[in-house]
Amino acid sequence: MAAPPDAARSASPPSWHEIILQGFKRNAIDLVPYVPDRVLTPLIQSLHDDPFFTTFATAREEEAVGILAGAWMGGRRGALLMQTSGFATLPNVLASLVVPCQIPLIMVVSERGTLGEFNYGQSLVCRTMRPVLDALAMEHHTMTRFDELEFIVDRSIKQAVATQAAVALILSPLLTGGKLFA
Amino acid sequence: MNDRARNIKVMNRFDLTCRLVARLTQEEAVIGGIGNTNFDLWAAGQRPQNFYMLGSMGLACPIALGVALAQPQRRVFALEGDGSLLMQLGCLATIATLAPKNLAIIVMDNGIYQITGSQPTPARQADIVAIATGCGMANCHWAADEEDFERLVDLALAATGPVLIAARIDDKPGVGATRRDPAQIRERFMQGLGVRQPIGWTSPEGTVLPDGH
Repeated sequence: MAAPPDAARSASPPSWHEIILQGFKRNAIDLVPYVPDRVLTPLIQSLHDDPFFTTFATAREEEAVGILAGAWMGGRRGALLMQTSGFATLPNVLASLVVPCQIPLIMVVSERGTLGEFNYGQSLVCRTMRPVLDALAMEHHTMTRFDELEFIVDRSIKQAVATQAAVALILSPLLTGGKLFA
Repeated sequence: MNDRARNIKVMNRFDLTCRLVARLTQEEAVIGGIGNTNFDLWAAGQRPQNFYMLGSMGLACPIALGVALAQPQRRVFALEGDGSLLMQLGCLATIATLAPKNLAIIVMDNGIYQITGSQPTPARQADIVAIATGCGMANCHWAADEEDFERLVDLALAATGPVLIAARIDDKPGVGATRRDPAQIRERFMQGLGVRQPIGWTSPEGTVLPDGH
């Protein structure tokens, strides 16, 4: 077997976005619509660069949920990338499509509004996210550590599919570095 | 309704839906938007390849796009009301950009929110076909009458890119009422698309297949 093409890579730990990308691949998630976020940019770029994935921007997060629901029913798995304010637009579609139709929606949310947020609106929007998830009894994990990331992503996707229930994977600034005041 | 559409015949949603369903011979998928749009789809004859929305107003086109991306060999129709589409106009831009070969949108345009009491929509001066064309969809048409509608459905069935057909319809209520059982509707639709088999289903070879999805 050939040596890894980039020997230095094995010396340095993979980035958070590489871990998520590999988690998607391992679980046959290849359709990834998104509404972008500065923090998500390296993940979005690496998805675009990898022909395994069909990844594209949608006008609204709700639209992407519809696309993923249709794709799931047609036999294709996907995940939605967005930021906290995008999640805040979703309660109607989660409560009226995802939950009643048992769609295993995989949501990756870049967490804005905490740990150094500089926009008051973002911090208030952030406070609505977990109460909404809890109100819908929706599984969610806040990912803060590299050493837990692969496990959480992989197991959460598998659980969502097996139980036909959505999951939100929240990317904490503790993991990603967040967005700095500029 | 705008000047361009004024000469177009006002048709009936249930009649047009029946005409559409009668032309579906290849197990084409149909996503029925909420309200009277899917009530009439239900009444036009239940098919396992129909998905009946019970909420999430405006998402018939995105759901249809998802099915089209998952099953590129199957033709997929979104049936949507004008008021519903207004809530999610951005999806027309997404569809134009992705340009799936197997997706068609049919807009039933009566200019009102009929199911809530027939209030006029804010789009009485808007032209759905012009909006979709402006989003970059090249193949968008008003149906002039029932015969023209059938011609456009045939065009959509053979098209190599996304198609939008808009039809002016009257204010008659839906003919049926969809059974409000979302889990069963979803499961039946997945079976209709060949993604799943019912529990207890036995293959012709006599083996019970595991749930493949």
